Amino acid sequence: AGSCQGNSVERKIYIPLNKTAPCVRLLNATHQIGCQSSISGDTGVIHVVEKEEDLKWVLADGPHPPYMVLLDGSLFNRRVMLQLKGTSRVSGLAVAVANPSPPQGFSPGLKCPNDGFGVYSQDYGPQFAHCNETVWNPLGSGLSYEDFHFPIFLLEDANETQVIKQCYQDHNIPRDGSGPEYPLCAMQLFSHMHAVTSTVTCMRRSSLQSTFSINPEVVCDPLLDYNVWSTLQPINSSGKVAPEKEVIIVATRIDSHSFFWNIAPGAESAVSSFVTHLAAAEALHKAPDVQSLQRNIMFTFFQGETFDYIGSSRMVYDMERDKFPLRLDNVHSFVELNQVALRNDSVLWMHTDPVSRMNDSVEVQVKNLLDILRNSSTGANVTLQEAGFSQPLPPSSFQRFLRARHIPGVVLTDHKTAFQNRYYQSMYDTPENIRVQYPEGLSPEETLEYVTDTAKALAEVATVVARALYQLAGGANTTSAIQADPKTVSRMLYGFLIKMNNSWFQSIIKPDLKGILGDVPQHYVAVSSPVNTTYLVQYVLANLTGTVVNLTKDECLNPERTPSSERELYEYAWVQGALDPNSTSRVPYCVRSTVHLSKALSPAFELRQWGSTEYSTWTESRWKEIRARIFLVASKELEIITLVVGVVILIFSLVATYFINAKADVLFSVPRDPGAVAY
Amino acid sequence: PALGLFLFTIARDPLRIIILIAGAFFWLVSLLLSSLIWFIAVKASDSRDVPLQKGLLIFGVMFSVLLQETFRFLYYKLLRKAIEGLVALSEDGCSPISIQQMAYVAGVGFGLMSGAFSMINLLADALGPGTVGIHGDSQLYFLTSAFMTMVLIFLHTFWGILFFHGCEHRHWWEIMAVIVMHLAVSGSTFCNPLYVGSLVPSYILMTIAAAWAYLLSGGSAQNLWRFLLCKS
Repeated sequence: AGSCQGNSVERKIYIPLNKTAPCVRLLNATHQIGCQSSISGDTGVIHVVEKEEDLKWVLADGPHPPYMVLLDGSLFNRRVMLQLKGTSRVSGLAVAVANPSPPQGFSPGLKCPNDGFGVYSQDYGPQFAHCNETVWNPLGSGLSYEDFHFPIFLLEDANETQVIKQCYQDHNIPRDGSGPEYPLCAMQLFSHMHAVTSTVTCMRRSSLQSTFSINPEVVCDPLLDYNVWSTLQPINSSGKVAPEKEVIIVATRIDSHSFFWNIAPGAESAVSSFVTHLAAAEALHKAPDVQSLQRNIMFTFFQGETFDYIGSSRMVYDMERDKFPLRLDNVHSFVELNQVALRNDSVLWMHTDPVSRMNDSVEVQVKNLLDILRNSSTGANVTLQEAGFSQPLPPSSFQRFLRARHIPGVVLTDHKTAFQNRYYQSMYDTPENIRVQYPEGLSPEETLEYVTDTAKALAEVATVVARALYQLAGGANTTSAIQADPKTVSRMLYGFLIKMNNSWFQSIIKPDLKGILGDVPQHYVAVSSPVNTTYLVQYVLANLTGTVVNLTKDECLNPERTPSSERELYEYAWVQGALDPNSTSRVPYCVRSTVHLSKALSPAFELRQWGSTEYSTWTESRWKEIRARIFLVASKELEIITLVVGVVILIFSLVATYFINAKADVLFSVPRDPGAVAY
Repeated sequence: PALGLFLFTIARDPLRIIILIAGAFFWLVSLLLSSLIWFIAVKASDSRDVPLQKGLLIFGVMFSVLLQETFRFLYYKLLRKAIEGLVALSEDGCSPISIQQMAYVAGVGFGLMSGAFSMINLLADALGPGTVGIHGDSQLYFLTSAFMTMVLIFLHTFWGILFFHGCEHRHWWEIMAVIVMHLAVSGSTFCNPLYVGSLVPSYILMTIAAAWAYLLSGGSAQNLWRFLLCKS
């Protein structure tokens, strides 16, 4: 029945809901989170809940349980959800996006993100562990980390929500005080997840299947992707860097999450920081004497940080085991950018780790780092302030590096204590959250080029960071020439927040990757890698920091054939180029850059320690089909009547035919034709 | 009812089963050809023009009716030839099955295949949790479809008898009557969802056809009376 799409009877019965996003099951070492439906979908009578009082009908009064609740976005909070979780009268939930975003804030993440996988624990700074000192995400309800036994879908399209509400108005409203009459409007949600219990269980089952079965049925996949890294001065990516060569690591995360699968706009939590980082990288590459700087700078974009630091823990692991060109000895200092778009009064806060600063040598270096940063902010519209010695580090990739070694480092954010981001890791962390606004009536091309105020602000931050990095790396000249370009920042914001499929992105990617440019960008680290975000960060970084070289396509795709290509130092990419204004063809060219990808799979899966508490163990369940549809259900009485009528006619006709057959010679006289045989 | 007819009157005799299957096949081929014509017509025309599509549908239905009756005629011709063969093969010089019986079995064959096509499609969707109605159609859709299918099966059976009798005795008016009745029943389905307009005339036509076929097969009012009073 699944493949018969054009069947007109099916179209008479069902209305499919196309623009939905499910909530899927994720597992870690000890728990499962997310939602699950039964294998043939969950059906329920629709009830629209727009105010708290409507919940009573669902929970107690309604005569036709189980109900499928259509929840208004403003009621999608922990209290309501726990009430729905605790009852058996609810067979599913559809949430309509609240437009505009809830003004009081909404965050389904944890109050203390990535707790237990950072640096603070019982052995290291116990007064800072478990957010004892500072609660970073006070609005966090932890909804994403609850386990629901019914399916929950997000209705992204307001038109579909209206169709459902109309069906509800026509059929399900109680009339005259008594319950509504059949036929009733109902909804069915399919989102059956194959994995259960925890990563330990599902990976064990999957590995048993893969080892012994001819047709293995894998039930879950680890969350994995690639980190993007690039160095200012080229290094041999397959060799090892000499121990005396020092590198400054600049880091940001590029992923986000929300309650629903693949909905992760991540404007403030991820995009703002990595766009600033990219702009700083571009600014630094433009400075004239960077190749002769004393220290190298590595621009790193970690993927999977939302899920207990997948990318950074893997990089530290590789560095410790010599699988990465750099080692921890080479790291001189660490600068991280974390949520920089919502600054109050242009203040940027510098967070440091108080525990490691108790060591004198580290303290000296950290002070030096802070001073350089402060100096770089003179003349820019950015005020840098220290967040205070008694404050721990916010959740950041730097914490994973600190676990391995006491590196001096700083995390730059726009918040001193709690996040300024009121929609941390939710579907409402949209461009509006970081005040990216475009005037009406612009074409896509004009919108791409329009420079927003947010872009200008982020460019200021990028300028400050780039200048500080230059000085940290030992640069001696004045830094006033190092400026980040607000136009680039604006184009990146447009591409990563609003429309990935724009002319600039199209011109800087490989020709065979055209298909990855979807519509609304989402930054979820999925299980098939690399995701669009990783690809685009890689190619944007290559475009901003690389050089165009005069190689043919063949030479570019096969650099080992050219002797002077130095293919160990550089990566070559054949990109499709800009569209000719008059024709429909593109002018491709070859880009040489130092941008590399490194695998971001949690070391727990390499070591096969599924229950590890040291490394991230997040996996995503597999599923077969995810869809939703609405239809009318008939009363049980009508169904029984139909069945009984059919059975009665069957028995009656059998009896009648038997009798007619037996008495055929009575009914039909012998015909005149002698050759025929009577019945 | 079709199941009952099949079990008690056809299933015992292998020859009848063969005629049944062949009859069903002939109906299937006629439907295939008529659907091909309709499909080509639809593809060649503008799919957004609703009155045109409805007109094409009516044309398609009428054409299909005519094609079904044509195939019934062709089947009759085939069976006539078959009787000669059966007579030659038999030991006592007379065919083991009469043309009337063939007519009845052919009719059942047509009816069974037509019923299967009408209902299987619906049954597959009826298994799901939903019922018809979200776009405003009547809830009794499945029930009325079932009744319509039943009446069509009966009608095909009786038309088989009438048609073959008409061909046998050169009573052209019987053949024309069958064609006209078939057109009328198919046309009445365009009254749906006003189910009264399609079910009631069909059942009336069915009783008329039943009576006619009964009389042609050698029955009479007396026989019926004696049967009902359980006399031997």
